[in-house]
Amino acid sequence: MSNPDPVPVLAALGDATRLQLVSRLAEGKSLSIAELTGGLDLTRQGVTKHLRVLERAGIVNSIRVGRESRFSYVPEPVNHACSYLENVSKQWDDALSRLQKLVES
Amino acid sequence: MQDSIEKVIDLKAPVSRVWQAVTDYKEFGAWFQADLENPFVVGEVTRGVATYRGAEGVKWVATVEAMEPERLFSFRWCPYANDNEMDYSKEPTTLVEFRFEPTATGTRLVVTESGFSQLPDEAKATEALRRNTGGWNAQAGHITAYVES
Repeated sequence: MSNPDPVPVLAALGDATRLQLVSRLAEGKSLSIAELTGGLDLTRQGVTKHLRVLERAGIVNSIRVGRESRFSYVPEPVNHACSYLENVSKQWDDALSRLQKLVES
Repeated sequence: MQDSIEKVIDLKAPVSRVWQAVTDYKEFGAWFQADLENPFVVGEVTRGVATYRGAEGVKWVATVEAMEPERLFSFRWCPYANDNEMDYSKEPTTLVEFRFEPTATGTRLVVTESGFSQLPDEAKATEALRRNTGGWNAQAGHITAYVES
């Protein structure tokens, strides 16, 4: 396919915890698992599992700093998924305006 | 996060006319811009090729889910199937629904395409969206716009 598949990105975002993690990381700072676990009703292991899902979808990156992993937000996949949906939306607008011409003529 | 696109359009034509324009495969092909080979039948696959700019020659494949005369027409398809060499038959699909409602001036047509993220639990997703609306910034925020539009 010419474009990366938007489905894994949208699927990865379709979870309340992952959305929260992305919201925090989207502020721009890279955060450790401990920092990301703060305020969430989840264990470190739980948060790590969600971070791995986001990482596989390309939405977050992890780097090792000393003994800990720090996670940061990668905007491109979400941007791409958004523009994909925008494009689908635009195609429907165009198609429906042609339908309108057809039935109203 | 919800994952659907909804369009509402008021048409100055009776429901019977709009129903025909949407569910007759030749008329559908005329406005959708696809050259379709066979009629829409519940449970069956309609095939053809896209004719709209930028996608000429791309296979058009949809499986009809529902046809309730002058009320509901729906099909499933793979919206990003743009490579004729790939087999998309096992890929996730989105559901496209056309709902027809009579109005004083003609017909209100509501078109919904849903399932972009293949969410396993719709209720959970909606809840997630509610909790996170406003919590998003920049790029991530764009997606929520679709829910409210």
